[in-house]
Amino acid sequence: MPCGSYKHDGGGGKMSRRVALEASHAAAEAAKMADVDVISAYPITPQTHIPERLAEMVADGELSAAYIPVESEHSAMSACLGAAAVGARTFTATAGQGLELMHEVVYVASSMRYPVVMTVCNRALSAPLSVWGDHSDAMAVRDIGWIQVFCQNNQEAFDLTLWAFRVGEDPNVLLPVMVHLDGFTLTHVTEPVILPEQSEVDRFLPRFQYPFALNPDKPMTHGAFGPPEIYSETKLAQEVAFRNSKDIILGEWKEFGDIFGRYYNPVEEYKTENAEILLLTMGSFTETAKIVIDARRDKGEAIGLMSLRLWRPFPFEEFRRAVKGSKILIVFDRCISFGMGGPVFSEVRSALYDEEPRPKVVGIIGGLGGRDMAEEDFEHVINRGREIAEKGPEKMLETVGIRG
Amino acid sequence: METKAVRFGKKLVTTKEFLAEGHNFCTGCGEALAIRLAMKALGENVVVAMATGCDEVCTTPLPYTSWRVPWLHTLFENAAAEISGVEAGLKILVKKGRMPERDIVCVAMGGDGATSDIGMQALSGAFERGHDFIYICLDNEAYMNTGIQRSSATPYGASTTTAPAGKFSIGQITRKKNMVAIAAAHGIPYVATACPSYRFDLMKKVKKGAESKGPAYVHILSPCPTGWRYSSNLTIDIGQLAVQTGIFPLYEIEGGRYRLDADPPELKPVEEYLKLQGRYRHLTDEQIESIQQMVNEDYAKLKEKVAAFPM
Amino acid sequence: MADKLTWRDMEVGNIVKEAGSASFRKTGDWRTEKPILDKEKCIKCALCWIYCPDAAIKPSEDGYYEADLYYCKGCGICASICPVGAISMTEEEEK
Repeated sequence: MPCGSYKHDGGGGKMSRRVALEASHAAAEAAKMADVDVISAYPITPQTHIPERLAEMVADGELSAAYIPVESEHSAMSACLGAAAVGARTFTATAGQGLELMHEVVYVASSMRYPVVMTVCNRALSAPLSVWGDHSDAMAVRDIGWIQVFCQNNQEAFDLTLWAFRVGEDPNVLLPVMVHLDGFTLTHVTEPVILPEQSEVDRFLPRFQYPFALNPDKPMTHGAFGPPEIYSETKLAQEVAFRNSKDIILGEWKEFGDIFGRYYNPVEEYKTENAEILLLTMGSFTETAKIVIDARRDKGEAIGLMSLRLWRPFPFEEFRRAVKGSKILIVFDRCISFGMGGPVFSEVRSALYDEEPRPKVVGIIGGLGGRDMAEEDFEHVINRGREIAEKGPEKMLETVGIRG
Repeated sequence: METKAVRFGKKLVTTKEFLAEGHNFCTGCGEALAIRLAMKALGENVVVAMATGCDEVCTTPLPYTSWRVPWLHTLFENAAAEISGVEAGLKILVKKGRMPERDIVCVAMGGDGATSDIGMQALSGAFERGHDFIYICLDNEAYMNTGIQRSSATPYGASTTTAPAGKFSIGQITRKKNMVAIAAAHGIPYVATACPSYRFDLMKKVKKGAESKGPAYVHILSPCPTGWRYSSNLTIDIGQLAVQTGIFPLYEIEGGRYRLDADPPELKPVEEYLKLQGRYRHLTDEQIESIQQMVNEDYAKLKEKVAAFPM
Repeated sequence: MADKLTWRDMEVGNIVKEAGSASFRKTGDWRTEKPILDKEKCIKCALCWIYCPDAAIKPSEDGYYEADLYYCKGCGICASICPVGAISMTEEEEK
């Protein structure tokens, strides 16, 4: 399949079903079909429907798993590590403050190379307290070394969760995977989702065989400490392995498409052919932005949209290829990196710095703490983005939908 | 011919060392001895989840390990949460037929800081959920590995680097947090105190905790020559005095019923214990007397419980 | 030794696969005093063996328990708890 196209057909076998599901329930369904062994989760809005649905499945015998109702998110991820260490397939979910509370543990998960899968229902960070969606929780964990993807819709919530187990558990990867879903706009919204047959899932996802499982027959030590004479080498080794996972990520997406009929790619390109202006979005607001792009294309504007599906490892190659030929790239961020600006904007600029030629990159921030982005908001983003590209920035921070 | 076990009267103790020689514990370390003895009671069919601390740092400097059993460490406050995952993972893998059924004891170990301070939440959660594991607290009464800072297990009047004795302070101004009572309050099947100076008592209790179904908590006093400031050869003597003065009584709580394992007809004066340790050097006679009162009080309360809920 | 390893030598997840690999470490170098056993007095009670925090006292073929000087840190616990005073600590010689 050519990179840059997203095939969304019925896919799969005759017994696949089309079901109306919230993205939360779609993610839970994926964990169930993946025959997860251990679920260790703490409830937090807007993730609650995931642990609730999974608890129901376990209580009714729909899913044979150990459900650990931990007493905090820090313990949720810690228990995941313990379970992964003995070779269990492990799943959890969290959001916002919960992700922050487990912050130190998520670094450990990736450094110790445990293939835990976690759904993050993107939620704004306190203070002030907000249970509503934005990307500040995701942006706070950019550096942790997990494979990270952003979902646009409920189908992706199912597909990417299932895919996450496969890619994380690949013996040449062995890394944890974070699947980002927008809080409320995906987690609590019902959409049709195509669920595959269990036999197709079993074909895609083999039994988890963690090669270093703790076992008295072969006693190993997990988590030795790193004195200065060795720590640096461990980190370089980790980064090399992390970067190398990209090929397998792409390979597993192809495999996924071959079996289920839906192909995913790191950077989605929507109507980008001969586009002079490109809008970059992540997550569910991409679908709203697409409506605006459609309307403008109908009027003959050379404008397109890119959506970053793969966030980490950053898809440098696909990204640079996708922006070729464009003159302006408008990056829409759902988070303020205080003192610096939009985090995705900063990273994208850095990724394009050495490219010749390269588009002018401008950034606009909005959609914070549950503030919606309607079509007119994206119209504003595009118009303002052009202005900034032409005349240069006028304000300290360019925003959309923030009063004052 | 290699000796497989050493006989002590009717008891046989394996010569296997599950913690390899050449570890980095200080000279004369009570914690190292406590771990050595506990491991002899536990054997090799274990998974050990350890918290950051002396026990972890002295035994696993990359790329080497002193451990001869499956061992896991992630962070400081989560040994109990980790072992919850290990226990649930092993159980479900057996249930789903992915692993043959076998007796693997889930063991979590942590120092006093990792247990009664930063790890309290995870421990309470693991107790409440009823996982089948044994938690061993290695109590050297301060954050020793980071340089002798106070913990909630530091006894009243002890000098530590963050609660030092000074012109306006006696050192630790609070009384030792009663982790044993807290563990028992969770209603877990087995709780005990132990001290490496009482080698068979310690091994018996660890074994009992390992065999009991559900959570078990064994609190082991681990004398520390470096932090308590005493000559390294006195570790066993100091442990004995802790018990004989009533400062650290040896007892068990099984299903809410108490047994006092060592009940000397007369407790030795606390001064005998305190005067051997540099961390108490600053204490005046009046202060020692008030410590004596506190110990008498606590011991009397314990005896009341033993009388009210005998095993 | 650790400082000769390159990043390519790192194990996945920094897992240490060889159990007890730290036992090559010669902690005997820490000593300032070493234990001397008087076999005439020794009653082979094995208290020194069981109370050594370093497992540095080993059963010997003739039924005694003697310090392995490769590991012995010279803490003096054995000398202190020996019920018959068969162990004495003497100063380690300057090398």
